[in-house]
Amino acid sequence: MKNLRLLIIGVAFGFILSKGEVISWYRIYEMFRFESFHMFGIIGLAVMTSLIFNQWIKRSKMKDIDGKPIHIPKFYDGILQYLLGGTIFGLGWALTGSCPGPLYIQIGYGSTVMVIAVLSAFFGSFLYGLVKDKLPHKNKV
Amino acid sequence: MIHSLLYEPWPWFIAGPAIGLIYFALYFVGKRFGISGTYRTTCSMLGAGKFAKYFDYKWKDDIWNLIFVVGMIIGGYLAGVVFPNEVGVDLSASTIASLEEMGFSSFKETMIPVEIFNWETLFSIKGFIFIVIGGLLVGFGTRYADGCTSGHAITGLANLEFSSLVAVIGFFIGGMITTFFLIPIIMNL
Repeated sequence: MKNLRLLIIGVAFGFILSKGEVISWYRIYEMFRFESFHMFGIIGLAVMTSLIFNQWIKRSKMKDIDGKPIHIPKFYDGILQYLLGGTIFGLGWALTGSCPGPLYIQIGYGSTVMVIAVLSAFFGSFLYGLVKDKLPHKNKV
Repeated sequence: MIHSLLYEPWPWFIAGPAIGLIYFALYFVGKRFGISGTYRTTCSMLGAGKFAKYFDYKWKDDIWNLIFVVGMIIGGYLAGVVFPNEVGVDLSASTIASLEEMGFSSFKETMIPVEIFNWETLFSIKGFIFIVIGGLLVGFGTRYADGCTSGHAITGLANLEFSSLVAVIGFFIGGMITTFFLIPIIMNL
């Protein structure tokens, strides 16, 4: 039952990102050239809607469906890790035209070759795990 | 109305709030929005904990996000195969001009450029860079930054976190380097 509801939310998310063209390499290319409002509108409204939910959860001390208090964790402080990691991800985002969600979604959408991109992303994460201690981090994750 | 929701691309003002609903739905079922964590979970599940401490954690608690991934792929299948769009991507005129200069035309029919992303190009230098190197950078970068678009740009910014703002600035530095400098070079290879 718990798995089923997660599966359904996943299906909805995959459908939304597909129909919103967030999984489109073309849209990402256009976004990084600042030539259309489309992607900025989506991300901007997604953040604003989430911000409202975030405040509602915190102020009402909302409990989840199982009655547990909802905890919203914070990221560690620091700049270098986020800036460097973010930049490396950005390089890949514009190449594949996909952030991690769309990388998976594109496989279902019909671009089956993206299986290789996902495997490569697993491998990239593995490489990160190997060299993690040699990279600058302000805090240990 | 129903027909256009199923067979046409959605405008930004529908897709944006819909993503916000997913953010809320995941908290409501006791989870948290963030996709790139699935890379760590998968590596750990495959035994990467033997090689790096980073993967030696309680990954069984995170198996749920792999179920979420299966859902996403099904959602993509519904959107692309069962209810395919009847129109292409409505890009801006200046984007189209620069794409046509590089030899792209598939945006008239589909949103993923078949010119680069297919099984034949995978074995060319061009395809290898876009697909394999691109995927590698996504995997490495998101783990280093401890989050991707969902974790930082949505969840982090909605929680007013400075770290996430820094990460998003990084996303754009990297993305613009690729878009303005690397893609024109790679397309000429």
